Amino acid sequence: MSERITTDDVAKVAKLARLRLRPDELTRFTEQLDAVLDHAEDLQTLDLDDLEPLAHPAELSNVLRADRVGALLDRDEVLASAPQAENGRYRVPPVLGEAP
Amino acid sequence: MTAGDAISIAASVRSGERSATDVLEEHLARIAEREPELHAFNLLTEEHARAAATAVDERVASGDDPGPLAGVPVAIKDNICTRGVATTCSSRILEGWKPPYDATVVERLAAAGAVMVGKTNLDEFAMGSSTENSAFGPTRNPVDPTRVPGGSSGGSAAAVAAGFAPVSLGSDTGGSIRQPAALCGVVGVKPTYGTVSRLGLVAFGSSLDQVGPFAATVADAALVSEVIGGHDPGDSTSIAAGFPDVSSRLGDGVAGLRVGVVTELTGEGTTPDVAARVRAAADALADAGATVEEISLPSVRYGLSAYYLVATAEASSNLARYDGVRYGLRVEAPTTGEMMELTRTEGFGDEVKRRIMLGTYALSAGYYDAFYNKALKVRRLLRNEFDAAYRSVDVLVSPTSPTTAFPLGARSDDPMTMYLSDVCTIVSNLVGHPAMSVPYGEGDNDMPVGVQLMAPALGEPTMFRVAAELERSLR
Amino acid sequence: MSPTPPMSPTQPTSTTVDLDVWEIVIGLEVHTELATATKLFSSAPNHFGGEANTNIDPLTLGLPGSLPVLNEQAVELAIRVGLALNCTVQRSTFARKNYFYPDQSKNYQISQFDLPINVDGSLELPDGKVVGIERAHLEEDTGKTTHVGGGGRIHDAQHSLVDYNRAGVPLLEIVGRPDLRSADEARAYVSELRSVLVAVGASDGKMEEGSLRVDCNVSVRRRGEEEFGTRCEIKNINSLRSLGRAVDYEAARQVDLITAGDRVEQQTRHWNEDEGRTTLLRSKEGSDDYRYFPEPDLVVLDPGSEWIERVRAELPMLPADRRHRLVEQCGAGVEQAALVVERGLDELCLAAVAAGADATRTLTHAEHNLSDGRSVELDPGSFAALVKMELDGSLSATQAKTVLAELVAHGGDPTEIAAVHGFEAMDSSELDGLIDALISNHPDEWQRFCDGDGKVTGFFVGQVMKATQGKADGKVVTGLLRDRAG
Repeated sequence: MSERITTDDVAKVAKLARLRLRPDELTRFTEQLDAVLDHAEDLQTLDLDDLEPLAHPAELSNVLRADRVGALLDRDEVLASAPQAENGRYRVPPVLGEAP
Repeated sequence: MTAGDAISIAASVRSGERSATDVLEEHLARIAEREPELHAFNLLTEEHARAAATAVDERVASGDDPGPLAGVPVAIKDNICTRGVATTCSSRILEGWKPPYDATVVERLAAAGAVMVGKTNLDEFAMGSSTENSAFGPTRNPVDPTRVPGGSSGGSAAAVAAGFAPVSLGSDTGGSIRQPAALCGVVGVKPTYGTVSRLGLVAFGSSLDQVGPFAATVADAALVSEVIGGHDPGDSTSIAAGFPDVSSRLGDGVAGLRVGVVTELTGEGTTPDVAARVRAAADALADAGATVEEISLPSVRYGLSAYYLVATAEASSNLARYDGVRYGLRVEAPTTGEMMELTRTEGFGDEVKRRIMLGTYALSAGYYDAFYNKALKVRRLLRNEFDAAYRSVDVLVSPTSPTTAFPLGARSDDPMTMYLSDVCTIVSNLVGHPAMSVPYGEGDNDMPVGVQLMAPALGEPTMFRVAAELERSLR
Repeated sequence: MSPTPPMSPTQPTSTTVDLDVWEIVIGLEVHTELATATKLFSSAPNHFGGEANTNIDPLTLGLPGSLPVLNEQAVELAIRVGLALNCTVQRSTFARKNYFYPDQSKNYQISQFDLPINVDGSLELPDGKVVGIERAHLEEDTGKTTHVGGGGRIHDAQHSLVDYNRAGVPLLEIVGRPDLRSADEARAYVSELRSVLVAVGASDGKMEEGSLRVDCNVSVRRRGEEEFGTRCEIKNINSLRSLGRAVDYEAARQVDLITAGDRVEQQTRHWNEDEGRTTLLRSKEGSDDYRYFPEPDLVVLDPGSEWIERVRAELPMLPADRRHRLVEQCGAGVEQAALVVERGLDELCLAAVAAGADATRTLTHAEHNLSDGRSVELDPGSFAALVKMELDGSLSATQAKTVLAELVAHGGDPTEIAAVHGFEAMDSSELDGLIDALISNHPDEWQRFCDGDGKVTGFFVGQVMKATQGKADGKVVTGLLRDRAG
């Protein structure tokens, strides 16, 4: 195995993506991701220095909206499909740590 | 027996010859017969459909014109939002969620008189090429139910192939309309990026996603494209030009058109039976007066890697919102952090997890330049190469899929082999150009073969002309 | 999200830093809410603080299938601020900053990363110091998480509640360069920035209400050192007073660490107003990986010269220019000009001077006698008339002050107000008589005055004022006394 990506890398990535992997999954996903990255090695052979990245096929600019209030959602309707709500708010378990 | 294509149905409903209700019941009967075996739908919306058909009939009775798709049953891929009707993306994570709005494409279909019959199965969040990655079980190919219908829009392709609806909507991020269209033997179109609104389409790879139609005929696909297309101020990436007029040009023929067969997509990796059908299609176009030449697009081989980095990077971010806080599944836990983690772990299937992790990796510190940014440069390289090709030809031809439909389970253990199913289709998404798959006979196993037509941005009129010619040549 | 580590055991022992030895380096990141009608990327109202989750639409909640469309007015305001801060307004793009937090409905924030709309600007403080502005970029605000139970403290909460009304509200993040060197300068910078934001109509500038949020980067270094020290970022600063206290506390904490042989660790710290100290929020080493990438749902923002020049032409005069004008046209002092402009009285003063009032006397009134907020409403003609009456001796300084206060409170004609109060010019023969009587009644004091003891001047003036019930002009009295002393 070429080890382009290690189980440590995958564990770190899983944590960033808020996914929990069992040890067997960690091994399996690492192998599978390694195969994909192995295929992606072909990109490393290309000379791309002079090319502008193309992030978007549309290449549009200045799509803007007038500053006018539009339709709103009904709170009670929306909260009815929330996993948990309380006093018009979404209820979640305790949050540890502040937002960045 | 009356004609089953959308244009004929709409014509007879508009003229009062048939009622939308009768048309609907015929289709519901067909669904009742084969749906248990095929599982094209996640949800049938018969009640909603009957009400819509009745409304169409009432409008006809009162002298109104319900529109160009009057009384035409349509099936909608279950990653396209429908107001008050569950939209699951074939994922457990959206359990119980009903969108409070219709996608723009759904609004436009309804405004044209179409009648939604149900929400079709897909690979979870449109990630897959076989419709086996669905939380609700796989869809089977109507031509041979031991085989996959392709994916990710397998349910929508199967629905049209099985006659459940004359037309359906899918979404195409890397071939998710064209590849299942090819495998099920129907027409499937990925329009030019920006010509069809993405508002209400649940995002997978935002810079690649486009909604498009499946149909049994080229003319139906053209009509539905025109109905759903056009500028939408609610989608910043929607182009102002609107959808080009394609229907009126279908009969123009291909005399004088220049057709390029893509060398890199017809050689190695393509099975001989599929390659033979592509050659037959090219010959048919030549017979009809087009000039056909081989054309080389050497960078196409890098498309797959670029695609899997870009699509997964965008997906990793697009799918971050499924966290158990506001809607859908929640797995309770002592802290919000753990709740989010458990919810996502339980809610997503393996393929989605794989792609989220690949995308997260491609964007993470230290790898952005090596992977993501490089992929964007390959995108530019491909765009340049296609632009050059379109200076010498009007349309490009290739197989849609390197093989015909494969048996269920054949590729599900090997993600990389599955990804290779998309090798012919992903480049159009990377560059944002239109492409479509037209059925062109069968392969060795009697399974359908699709020929892919590609055109430059807004080149739909020419692309559809060529498609119509291929269709004619088979009659 | 890892649990917040325990508080730093090292607390500063001193509260002041020896500025002969140490230099404090401060760079501020100011987030201002932009005064638009709707959110940055959706048409829900830009309004929060009321009933929870009422100003919500699909994008605000991050519902599947929702898409952002940029608010033109937010761009307009961003350009105004950019130009007011002498920035280059450029072609810009949006990016996603990815992190999970429940009040962030999409679990990414749409912000500007490598190509912000405004770059390379500056802000001139009232004392003339110019502070660099690195960038001022558009981004969306988050919702609000309330921690329930455990006295509202995040660590002890039983559960949390999320309100998304604020999610998606347009913010402009103004990143200043580390050019500030004291708590006073930091305060002056924020105060000046606030004046600019209010002047261009971008924000109401209310810091206590969160319209203006300040994150403060503080480091210390020994004087003469070239390299910056390791900085800490302080959050939760809700007033100018807190800003000053937080800077001083944090600088002292860092100096104490270094003096004790420790090193400053790069951290994000929380200002606790009640305890008057900063506490550790998280260590920045091994910090979150935000995986920025171009926002594929939005297109390039390139306002172009026509838009930019139109905004530039419409910009109001900015505080720094108004100060300069006061100095140049009225001979105001630097601090005086700063105060008068801060009170918004510069237009009034200029108009009064144009109507013939003495500039020095006008500015003195603006500085000392017009702290009342209603002063801006004062009629410049009446103000000018009052200054003239004072200068031609029809009113004493004390009387003028009284009339001015009345003008501010009720308006009217200064001559009539003076008449109603019975303020009239003292007949100089009346004054002469009074002064002669005083001299003869107080020979010792008079002798001291004649010997040049200035302290007794006040005695004589006070006596005259008492006798005339303030009608006499102090300056005139002093003149008459000097005449007599020869």
